[in-house]
Amino acid sequence: MGLAVVLALLVVPEDADQGVSQRIFYIHVPIALTAYFCFGLGAWKALRLLWTREEHFDLESYVAVHQGTIFGALTLLTGSIWAKASWNVWWTWSSRQLVLFLVLFLFYCAYFMLRYSIEEGARRARSSAVYALFGVVLIPISFLAIRLAQDFVHPVVFNISGPQMSASMFATFCVSWAAVTLLAYVLYRVELLGKRVDADLRELRETLERPRPSVPRLDEQMPTGVGS
Amino acid sequence: MIRARDLEKRYGRRRVLEGLSFDVPAGGFLVVTGANGSGKTTLLRLLVGLVAPTRGVVEVEADRSGIGLLAHEPLVYRELTALENLDLYGRLYRVPERRERIGMLLERFGLWEARSEPVATYSRGMSQRLALCRTLLHDPELLVLDEPFSALDEAGARLLDRELSELVGRKTVVASTHDPARLAPFAPAELALT
Amino acid sequence: MTAYVADVAALAHKDLKVELRTRDTLPAMLLFVVATLVVFHFALPADAGDDAAYGLLWIAIVFTALVGLARAWVPEHEHGVLEGLVLAPCDRSAIWLGKTIAALAFLAAAQVVALPAFALFFAPLDAPALLGVVLADLGICAVGSLLAAMAAATRSREVLLPLLLLPLAMPLVVGGVGSAIAPEPGRYLLFLALYDAVFAVLSWASFEYVVTE
Repeated sequence: MGLAVVLALLVVPEDADQGVSQRIFYIHVPIALTAYFCFGLGAWKALRLLWTREEHFDLESYVAVHQGTIFGALTLLTGSIWAKASWNVWWTWSSRQLVLFLVLFLFYCAYFMLRYSIEEGARRARSSAVYALFGVVLIPISFLAIRLAQDFVHPVVFNISGPQMSASMFATFCVSWAAVTLLAYVLYRVELLGKRVDADLRELRETLERPRPSVPRLDEQMPTGVGS
Repeated sequence: MIRARDLEKRYGRRRVLEGLSFDVPAGGFLVVTGANGSGKTTLLRLLVGLVAPTRGVVEVEADRSGIGLLAHEPLVYRELTALENLDLYGRLYRVPERRERIGMLLERFGLWEARSEPVATYSRGMSQRLALCRTLLHDPELLVLDEPFSALDEAGARLLDRELSELVGRKTVVASTHDPARLAPFAPAELALT
Repeated sequence: MTAYVADVAALAHKDLKVELRTRDTLPAMLLFVVATLVVFHFALPADAGDDAAYGLLWIAIVFTALVGLARAWVPEHEHGVLEGLVLAPCDRSAIWLGKTIAALAFLAAAQVVALPAFALFFAPLDAPALLGVVLADLGICAVGSLLAAMAAATRSREVLLPLLLLPLAMPLVVGGVGSAIAPEPGRYLLFLALYDAVFAVLSWASFEYVVTE
C-alpha cells in the first residue's frame, strides 16, 4: 500500500510537462489541502472528546493535529520552493496561502508546547481539545485578516493564480491530491497505531511489575446510620 | 445519598483507586482511612465532582449547592478579608440572609474580631477555620472533609468537634483522616484504602 | 438569567477588589505601555510615516494586554481558590466572564493613559481608530482570559501565554491597524466585530472544559 502511494507520487511529477514551478503546484496544493483537512479532523476529534469524554479521542485528535502540522510545514517548504521557482524569492508576503500557513504553523506549534507543559490526563486532553477548536476557527478568520491586510500592508505585487488547467492537467492534479491524501491517511493510521501500541506496552509492563494490591470490598459492610 | 460502584481512577498510568464500591445513606458518617498516597483525597474529589472516574459509577444525591468541601487548602482569597470571601461565596451559593449567616458563622468559629483583616494575615489555623465557615455557609446536605483536623489549631479542632456532633445524623458526612480514633466518637462506618 | 448576571457581577467585583488591594497588575501595565512607547520613538527611523507608528501602537497594546493577562489568574491559584469557584453552583462560564470584564477594565485603564500619550508622541487617533481599539480589546481579553487560565495551570506559564495568544492576536492587529490607517475603516471594524463575536462565544462555551475534568 505504501508502495502504491510512493509510486503515485512519483508518477505525478513525470506527468507534468511544464516547468518546475508547475510541477511543485501539483504537490504543494494537495499538501496544503491535506493539512487543512488534518486540522479539521483534529478539531472534530477534539469536539468528540469534549462531548463524550472518551479518552481515545484525545490521542486521535493529537495525531491528526500532528499530521496537519507536518503537512503544514511541508506546505511552507513547497510553497517556498514554488516562490523561488516562480519569482526568484524564497519568501513573499504576497502569497495569502503562504502567510496563512505561517500563522497556522505557529499556532499549532504552540499546541504542542501546551501539550508538553501539562501532565498526561484529563486536563491535558481537554485543554488541547479546546485549543484545537480555536485553531480550526482561526483558519477562516486569519484568511480574512490576511486578505484585509494586503490592502494596506503588503500590496499584491505578484499575481497569484493557479495555472490554467487543461483536462489532462486536472486529472494529474486529482491523482496527486488522492495520492497525498492517501499518504496522510496512512501516516495517520501508522502513528495512531504506534502510539496505541506504545501505551498498551507501557500499561502491560506496569501491570507485570506491580504487586497485586488487596482491595477491600465493602458489600458486606454497608455503613449504617449513626446510632448505638 | 452516595452510591459508588467499581470506582477506578487512573492518572495516566498511575492507578490511584481501583474496584471501589460502597454506599452511604443519608445522614450517614463515613470515615476514609489509609496511608499517604492511598487515594483518600482523590476519592473525596471524585465524590464532589472535581474529578471524573476513569471507570465505574458514583451517584451522589446532591447537586453542587448541596455539597460542602473542606480541602487541604482553604480555597479563599488571601487578598480579601474573611467577610469579603464569605460574601462572595454567599452570593455564588445564593445563601438566604447572607449577612446574618456569615456573622453567625464567623462568631461561632472565633473569627469575628479578625473579620476585616485580609486572609494573608491569618495563621494556618485561622485560615482553616475560615475554610470551615465557607464549607458550612450554604448549609450543605453532604459534607466532605479532607483530613479536617490536620490543619486546624486547638481551638479549631474543638469547634469542629462541637459542629460535627451537632450535624451528625442530620447531614451526611464523609471524612478522611490519618487518625481514625479522632472521629470514633461519631460512630462512623469505615472505608480503608490501601 | 439575572442569577447569572449577579454571579458575573460578584466575580468581576471580586477581581477589581483584589487588584485594589494588591495593586499588582495595573501599575505594571501602565509603566510597561508608556516605557514601550518611549522605546518605539527610538526604534522608528526619522522619516517613518504615521502608518508605522500605528503598527507599533498595536504591538504595545497586545503586549500590555499580555502583561495584564499573565497575572489574571494568579489570585485563583493561591490557596486553591479556583476549585472553590468551580465547586460553586454558578455556571463556570460566569467565572470566565467575570475575569474577562476585569481584564478589560485594566486594559482600558492602561489605555486611558497610553492613547493620549501615543497621540502626543506620534500620531493622532480618530474615532474609527479608537473604536478599533475598543473592539480589539474585547477580543484580546475574551480569548486571553481563557488562554491565561489554560497556561496558569502549567509549568511554563510565563512563556506559554504569549505563544498561545500571539497567533490568535494577529487578526486583531490587522483590524486595529486597518481601522487607524485605511481610508475606509468600516471593513476593518466589521471584521473586528466578527472576530469578537466568534471568539467570545467560543471562549464562553469552552471555559467549562478548561477548568473541570
